[in-house]
Amino acid sequence: MATETTAAEGSSLVFHPMDQFIVKPLFGGEIAWYTPTNVTLWLFLAIAAIFALLVLSTSKRAIVPTRMQSVAELAYGFIYKMLEDICGKEGVKYFPYVMTLFMFIVCANFLGMIPMSFTTTSHFAVTIPLALSVFLTVTVLGFVKNGAGFLGLFWVSSAPLALRPVLAIIELISYFVRPVSHSIRLAGNVMAGHAVIKVFAGFAAIAAISPVSVLAITAMYGLEVLVSFIQAYVFTILTCVYLKDALHPSH
Amino acid sequence: MEGDLAHIGAGLAAIGSGAAAIGVGNVAGNFLSGALRNPSAAASQTATLFIGIAFAEALGIFAFLVSLLLMFAV
Amino acid sequence: MATEPLTEEVAGSCVDSYGSAIGMPQLCFDWFPNQIFWLVITLVVIFLVLSRVALPRIAAILAERQGTITNDLAAAEDLKAKAVEAEEAYNKALADARAEAQRIAAEARAEIQAGLDDAIAKADAEIAAKAAESEKAIAEIRAGALESIQVVAKDTAAELVTALGGEADAKAIASAVDAQSKG
Repeated sequence: MATETTAAEGSSLVFHPMDQFIVKPLFGGEIAWYTPTNVTLWLFLAIAAIFALLVLSTSKRAIVPTRMQSVAELAYGFIYKMLEDICGKEGVKYFPYVMTLFMFIVCANFLGMIPMSFTTTSHFAVTIPLALSVFLTVTVLGFVKNGAGFLGLFWVSSAPLALRPVLAIIELISYFVRPVSHSIRLAGNVMAGHAVIKVFAGFAAIAAISPVSVLAITAMYGLEVLVSFIQAYVFTILTCVYLKDALHPSH
Repeated sequence: MEGDLAHIGAGLAAIGSGAAAIGVGNVAGNFLSGALRNPSAAASQTATLFIGIAFAEALGIFAFLVSLLLMFAV
Repeated sequence: MATEPLTEEVAGSCVDSYGSAIGMPQLCFDWFPNQIFWLVITLVVIFLVLSRVALPRIAAILAERQGTITNDLAAAEDLKAKAVEAEEAYNKALADARAEAQRIAAEARAEIQAGLDDAIAKADAEIAAKAAESEKAIAEIRAGALESIQVVAKDTAAELVTALGGEADAKAIASAVDAQSKG
């Protein structure tokens, strides 16, 4: 009896939590580097969302803002203040770059929360280039702005002399781990949430526990909405912190 | 058999998520106790709070990733 | 949820013949060039849209609003000063009006008092005249009455004397009545 039920459940309980991340061509055919795929679709939807939010909503240039316009202004003020607080006045020059990162990640994350959608930011192929671009920007900028003085980032002058080489090695390692943690944090958080929701959805096939499963999905969904925003925020704020290192390398 | 071992390993790696939860709880709890002592300074430190949570969370995500790799990629 | 086996080209090194993922789709390196290519295009488009259109426009709106707010605050300050001035003028006018009213009231009171005094004096005089007249009339009446009493008394006395059988001596009777009535 027990074995039968488990066998029956085993056949109905099929988890494919990772299937939602499969890249599919929109019009069939092989996936070459130029093929329009669902990645393309959802990336372009992110562009459309950003365009609607930041360009269309502000097209009236109202002094007393409409609802959408105040959201756009809020996003602008939020990132601008963050950048100014962390990097100071010199950092404001890089505001469009930081804003691009933030708006892209937040829109892609929220679009990924739509059921049946494809979450672009859950792919390492998306987050690694983002993190690498930040890493390369910071490194190049550091050397251009400060020359060899940028290496002072690794030479902790406030530490005792004997400790400095050890600290330098640790700092160097942590510097090169930055893009790894930067990208995996974003993709991992998003992927984890979506996979967990999918696993709960798999449990919903069993009638006895499906109410619990639906409740759990709802709760996880709420958490994921929060995580979507917080991860975009964290990615942006870390970008700001790294930029500050490039602009003011001394500890 | 090898797959079974990988699944056991994935389960072990998932313990790391719990450890990360402890870490995040530590960060948030200490922030809260500090913020209640000095509420005026709390608002300026929320950014630091989120950075701290992100760092603690990232390690849990690494554990989760190892678990996923063992489940699906090995 | 096994579906029909896919015989199409979808199946590859990362997707099995049932359309399910083999391993993690995130680690399927066949798809990396595609994703990176479209990501780069997306980021460039977003960057251009933001830096060319959206951000300058929002910055302009915010600056404009700041300017409007500053102007409005200055205007409000002006209006407030004007209001304070107007209130002072009003208070002054009020104080003036009150003083005027008090003056007018005092004048009116004095006028009325004078008229009243006049009227009282006149009335007093009239009353005094009437009282004197009445006293005179009363004195006359009293004198008249006395005379008639004497006449009646003399007549009565004379009648009494004759009735008693005596000879009425008019002179003696008159002197006796006079003496009695003075008594």
